[in-house]
Amino acid sequence: MKYIDEFRDGATARGLARRIVQEARPDRRYHLMEFCGGHTHAIYRHGIPNLLPASVRMIHGPGCPVCVLPIGRLDQALDLAIRPEVILCSYGDMLRVPGSGGQSLLKARAAGADIRMIYSAADALMLAQRHPDREVVFFAIGFETTTPPTALIIQQAAQLDLPNFTVFCNHVLTPPAIVHLLAAPEARELEAVPIDGFLGPAHVSVVIGSEPYERFAHDYQRPVVIAGFEPLDVMQSILMLVCQLNEGRAEVENQYTRAVTREGNRKAQRLMAEVFEPRPVFEWRGLGPIPHSALQIREHYARFDAERRFPMTERTATEPRACLCGAILRGVKKPTDCKLFDTACTPETPLGACMVSSEGACAAYYRYGRYQEAA
Amino acid sequence: MNAPPVRRPFAGRLDFEHGQVELSHGSGGRAMAQLVEELFAAAFRNPWLDQRNDQACLDLPPGRIALTTDSYVVSPLFFPGGDIGSLAVHGTVNDLAMAGARPLHLSAGFILEAGFPLADLKRIVESMAGAARAAGVSIVTGDTKVVERGKGDGVFINTTGIGVIPEGVQLSGDRARPGDCILLSGTLGDHGVAVMSQRAGLEFETNLESDSAALHELVAVMIAAAPGLRCLRDPTRGGLAATLNELAAQSGVGMHLREAAIPVRPEVAAACELLGLDPLYVANEGKLIAVCPPEDVERVLAALRAHPLGAAAALIGTVREDPHYFVTMETVFGGNRLVDWLSGEQLPRIC
Repeated sequence: MKYIDEFRDGATARGLARRIVQEARPDRRYHLMEFCGGHTHAIYRHGIPNLLPASVRMIHGPGCPVCVLPIGRLDQALDLAIRPEVILCSYGDMLRVPGSGGQSLLKARAAGADIRMIYSAADALMLAQRHPDREVVFFAIGFETTTPPTALIIQQAAQLDLPNFTVFCNHVLTPPAIVHLLAAPEARELEAVPIDGFLGPAHVSVVIGSEPYERFAHDYQRPVVIAGFEPLDVMQSILMLVCQLNEGRAEVENQYTRAVTREGNRKAQRLMAEVFEPRPVFEWRGLGPIPHSALQIREHYARFDAERRFPMTERTATEPRACLCGAILRGVKKPTDCKLFDTACTPETPLGACMVSSEGACAAYYRYGRYQEAA
Repeated sequence: MNAPPVRRPFAGRLDFEHGQVELSHGSGGRAMAQLVEELFAAAFRNPWLDQRNDQACLDLPPGRIALTTDSYVVSPLFFPGGDIGSLAVHGTVNDLAMAGARPLHLSAGFILEAGFPLADLKRIVESMAGAARAAGVSIVTGDTKVVERGKGDGVFINTTGIGVIPEGVQLSGDRARPGDCILLSGTLGDHGVAVMSQRAGLEFETNLESDSAALHELVAVMIAAAPGLRCLRDPTRGGLAATLNELAAQSGVGMHLREAAIPVRPEVAAACELLGLDPLYVANEGKLIAVCPPEDVERVLAALRAHPLGAAAALIGTVREDPHYFVTMETVFGGNRLVDWLSGEQLPRIC
C-alpha cells in the first residue's frame, strides 16, 4: 500500500534499531514517554519494544482521549442518552467504555437508548438535519486533533440555525497535561520524575504546531521529538531522543516534518479559539484535576451547548483503590506492577483508565505484549 | 420424482413486485401455505421437500455424521459478492466441510419482519437456492415465522446442515502439534470489508467483493493430497486471530505467525488502515485455515493453489509449545507481538 509500506519497511527498521543500539549507552537510562495513544498502539502493533536495547524503555502516556475521560462525564452522557427525545452520537471506541455500575453506551443502546456510532463530526450534524423531531447530541471527545471538526460543525449549526443540535463538549488539551506530568506535586514528591524525554504527538501537533512544546522542554529540561504515527517514524524519533539525551540537549525537534510545522494549522487554531475557551479546571481520569486542560463552548454558541440545554447533574465516581493507572500514566509503574492487571482488570472488564481503549497503556500491553512477561 | 402437490385454492398469486411480508404469512393459515408454495417450495424444489411433510426422512450413506447449525443476521442483507441467502448456505456448508464432511442436506428457518418487501425475500430465497445447487446440497425442510414490524431486521435465517465424513478422515481442532505448519487458503478480510463498505454511516466505494463461497470441494482435494491433515477451520467472525486462538487453546499449543506471509489485498489493507481496524480480526466467509504436519505442507499447499478458491494460499506460521497457548506474530517491521482474542466488537479508533 503506497504511503504506508514505505514507513513500515523491515530492513530500514533493522538499520534504525542497530543505530539505536550503537547510540544508547548501556550505563544510562532512557525512559521515553510517548504521550499519544496512537503511538502506544503503533509501538505494540508493530512489535517495537523488542527492537530496543534494555536501556531504552517506552513509558505510555495519557494521550488516549477515551481513557482519560472521567467516569462522571460518561455517566452524564448516559443520562443524556436515556432521554427519549435524544439521539446521542459519538466515536466508536467511546461506546464500550464502562461508566458507573458497569453501564456503557453499548449497553444503554441494547436497552433501547438511541445511540449512534459516527465516523466524523459532520455525520452528527447530518443526523440533526435528518431528524428534526429529535434532539441530536454529539458526545464530543478528543484532543486538538478532533476539536477543529467539532468547532466547525458548531459554526455550521449556527449558520443553519439548527434548533435540535447540541454538543456535549469534552475536548482536552495536550500541553497542560504534559506540563502536569512533570510539575504536579505528586510528581515532585517522587523527586526524580522517571521521564527523560517525550515522543511528541503526531496529529495533535499538525494542528497546534511544535511551538507549544518549546517552553516546557526548556523549563523542565526534557527533549521532545514530534513523531509521526508510522513505526519507522517512531524508531527514528527514538533515535533522535537518544542522541539529544547523549548530547545533553533538551530541544524540540520535529521528525514528522511531512505534516507538522512550527506554527501548526493557524486556520484550525482560529476556529477552535472562536468556538471554545479553556475551562478553569477539568478532571482527567487517572491524573486528577488539571487547570486549563480542557475546552468549553463560548457564550456566543451557548445554544449549542448540551450542558446548558439539558439539566445536568454532577456525577462523581470513585476509581478502584488498587488501580495503579495514575502511577502508570506518570511512568512510575508498569502495567504488570498492578495487582488488578489481567486478574480483575482485562479489556473485557476494564477497571482503570489505561484498560478501557486499545490505545491505553494497559490494554495495549495486554493485547500485544503480554507474552513477554510469560516468557 | 413425486406426484406434483395438490394445488391449494389461493385467490391470486403472491405479488412479488410490490407485496410485503404480513403477519399472516407466519400464522399457519392459507397465506403461509401460499408463501411456502409459491416461494420456498418453488425455489428449493427437491424430492424431500415435495413430500410436504413436517420433516425430511433421509437415507444417508455410510460414515460418521456431521451436524451443524448457524444463524445469519447480516446487515446489510445484500452486499457486493453475496447476500444473506448465499451466506446462509456457504456458512453452514463450510462448517460441515471443516470436519472433512461431504455436505448433503440443509434445513432453513426464516424469521421475517412484517413489512419486508416480498421482492427482496424472493431475491434472497433464489440466491439461497442457487448457492445450494452449486454446492450440491438440498434444502429439505424449513420453517417460517413472521414477527411484528420493528421486532426484527428484515430477515434472519437459520440453517442446519448434515453431512457424511468419509472413512479414515479425522479432522479436529485439538490435533495441532508443535512443529506443525499453519496454512491460510487466501486473502484475509474481503468479506468483512465488503460488508462494511455498504453499512449505513460508513459507505465507501470499493470494487471489493465478499469471498463468500462453499469450501467443501477445496477440502476434498486437500484431504486427497494429504490424509494426515490435522485441523481445518474457517476464520469467520473474529477473523484469523480468533480462530487461531481457538485452535491453540483446543490443542494446548502456541502458534507463531509471520505477518509478511499473510495475504491481504491492498484495498482491504487500505480500508482497515482508514477505519482503524486490523485485518487479522475481520470476518471471512470463503477462507480456511489448515494445520498439517511439516512433511505434508508442500502437498497441501500445491493442492490448495491448484484450486481457484485456494490460489493465493500461503504458509503463514508454525505451531509451537507454549504453556500459555499464546498466538504471537513476527511483524513485517521485524518486532514481535501477541495476536490476542478480539475483545468486544472491533470498533474504529478515534485517532
